[in-house]
Amino acid sequence: MIRFDGVSKRYPNEAATAVDDLTLHIRPGEICMLVGPSGCGKTTTMKMVNKLITPSSGTIHVEGRDIEAVDTIELRLNIGYIIQDIGLFPHMTVAENIATVPMELGWKAQRTAARVDELLDLVDLDPAIYRKKKPRELSGGQKQRVGVARALAADPRIMLMDEPFGALDPITRAKLQDEFLKIQEKIRKTIVFVTHDIEEALKMGDRIAVLKAGRVVQFGTPMDILAAPADPFVSELIGGRQALKMMNLIFCGQIMREVPVIDRGQTLAAALRLAAEPGAGRLLLSSNGLRERFYVDAQSLALAAGDLAAAARPITRALRPRASAQDALSEMFRTGDRFLFVEDDDHQVQGVIELDDLFRQVSRYEHAHRA
Amino acid sequence: MSMRTGPRDRAWLASLGKVAAFVALGVLLSVYVVEYPQDGLVARLVTTHKILSLAGQHLGIVVVSCALAILTAIPAGVLLTRPALKQWAPRVVSLVNIGQTVPSLAVIALSVGLLGIGARTAIIAMWIYSLLPILNNTLVGLDEVDPAITEAAHGMGMTLGHVFLKVELPLALPMILAGIRTAVTINIGSAILAAFVGGGGLGNLIIAGNNISRSQVLVLGAALPVLMALSADAFFEMLEHRTRV
Repeated sequence: MIRFDGVSKRYPNEAATAVDDLTLHIRPGEICMLVGPSGCGKTTTMKMVNKLITPSSGTIHVEGRDIEAVDTIELRLNIGYIIQDIGLFPHMTVAENIATVPMELGWKAQRTAARVDELLDLVDLDPAIYRKKKPRELSGGQKQRVGVARALAADPRIMLMDEPFGALDPITRAKLQDEFLKIQEKIRKTIVFVTHDIEEALKMGDRIAVLKAGRVVQFGTPMDILAAPADPFVSELIGGRQALKMMNLIFCGQIMREVPVIDRGQTLAAALRLAAEPGAGRLLLSSNGLRERFYVDAQSLALAAGDLAAAARPITRALRPRASAQDALSEMFRTGDRFLFVEDDDHQVQGVIELDDLFRQVSRYEHAHRA
Repeated sequence: MSMRTGPRDRAWLASLGKVAAFVALGVLLSVYVVEYPQDGLVARLVTTHKILSLAGQHLGIVVVSCALAILTAIPAGVLLTRPALKQWAPRVVSLVNIGQTVPSLAVIALSVGLLGIGARTAIIAMWIYSLLPILNNTLVGLDEVDPAITEAAHGMGMTLGHVFLKVELPLALPMILAGIRTAVTINIGSAILAAFVGGGGLGNLIIAGNNISRSQVLVLGAALPVLMALSADAFFEMLEHRTRV
C-alpha cells in the first residue's frame, strides 16, 4: 500500500541525515506506528508520503504508483491528514472544516452536508449542536474528533496522523484512542501514525517501526517488539516491565478456555467424573439448558453432601472478552482466586481463565522469540 | 455558545452606535452654523451646499488615496510573503518607511514641485503616505498565520490559490483591516492639507475662517474632519469585530 525503498532525506545545512536509507512496506488496512524520540525522522518520513517533503533519494510508492509521477494535489486529496493540536481552520465552522476536501473535489452542497453529518455522527458529535460551532468553542478532545472527521471526509484509503492525541490530557487521550480503534475496525484504513509515546504505539499499532537517527532499528508487531527488543535503545524506549506490557496486548477472549456445563439435575458422582477430566477443573451449572452464574469445582464437590446444588458457588465477578490479560491478573490478585470467569455483554459466562494460562501465554511469546 | 456570541454582538453594535453618534454630531454642528451664523459674512460663506461639497471633496481625496494604497500595498504585501520574494520584504518596508517619516505637509509640498497644484497632487502624496501601515499590517498579518494551519491546508490537498484565499487571507484580514483603519484615519486628518495645494476639502473652511477671522468657520473646518476621522475609526472597529476569528 505504502512502500518506501531506500528513502533518504538530507537537509543542506545539517550534518545529520534526517532519514537514512529507509525501507518500509506498509500493508493495506494496518496501523503502522512510527515511533522514536524527537528528531528521529518519524515526522519527516510521514510527510514524504503526501509530498510535503521531497526525499533526497529513493522512491515511495502509494497504492502501487511512484508518487513522483502522481499529481501532488490528486495524491493529497486521496490521503487523509491529521496533525497535532489545532490544524483546524479557526475562521471556519466545524462543518466548513470537515467539508474542506469535498469542496476541493467539487462535491455538490447537498452531498457535502450529508457527509458532514454522517462523519459527525461517526466521531460521536451531535451534528445539530456542533455543525455551526467554531473551533475555539470546542474542547481539545472535540477538536481532535473534528480533525478525524475532516481527514475522513472524502473516504480516503490512507490516513497520515501526526501525534493526533499528543496535546490531550491522559484521560481524554485514552478515550479517543479507544474510540479511534473502534472506528478503525469499521473503516479499515491504511494508517501511518507518528508518535513519540511508546505506550500509544503499543496500544494503537498493528505494526511499529522504531526509528532512531533516521533509521528503522526495529519493525514488527507490538508483541514482537516487547518480546524481543532489537537493541538496548528499543529496550530503553519500552522502559522495562515488558511481560506486564505484553499482557496488555493479550485479551481475555483469546486465552479463555471453554468451561464444561453440567445440568443442576445431575448427580454429584457425574459432576466429579466430569471435573476429573483433564483441563476441566471447574464446571458451570445450568438449568433447562440456560447457563447459570454458579459453578462447582473438585473442592466444593468433595465437601458437598446430597445433590449438586449443595456444592454450587456463586460467580460474583467476571470480565469481558475485550479485557486484557493484565486486567485479569489484577482481578485475580484482588479476589485471591487463581481463576477468573469471562462473560459476554449479556452476562452469559463464556469461559474461564486460570492463573497458569496467563503464565503460559506470556512466557510462550518470550520463548518463541528466544528460539 | 451564547456566552461567546453575546458580547461580540454587543461590541459590534456599540461601534455602530459610535459611528451614528459622530455623524449626527457633525450634522448638528453644520446645521447650527448654517442656521445661527455669527454674522452676514459667515452666512454668505457657509451654506449647506458649501459644506456638503467640501466634505464630499475631502472624503473623495481620502477614498481615492486609500483605495490606491490598498490596491498597491496589499498585493505587494502578499507577494512579499511568498517564499521566493520573502527576502526582499525588509528592504521594501524601509523604502516605504521613508514616505511615512517625512512630515505629511512636506510630502504634499514636494509633490507640488513635481505634479503642480490640484487634488491629484494631494491624492498622490497621501497615497504614498498611507502605503506603510497597510503594507506593514499585510506582511505581519500573513506572517502570523500559524504555519501548522497552512501546512494542514496544503497537506489535505488544497491548491495554492485556495490555501491563500480560503485560509491565509481570511486569517490575516483583521490585521490588514487594522492597517487600513490607521491609513484612513490618518488620511482624513492629512486631507486638510489638500486645501493648501488647491485640492479642496474641509481645509478650505479653516483657511477661509482664518482669513476672515471668524472663529465659527475655523472651528467648523477643524471639527468636521475630526468627527469624520472618529466615525471612520468606529466604522473599522465595527468591521474588526465582525471579522475577528
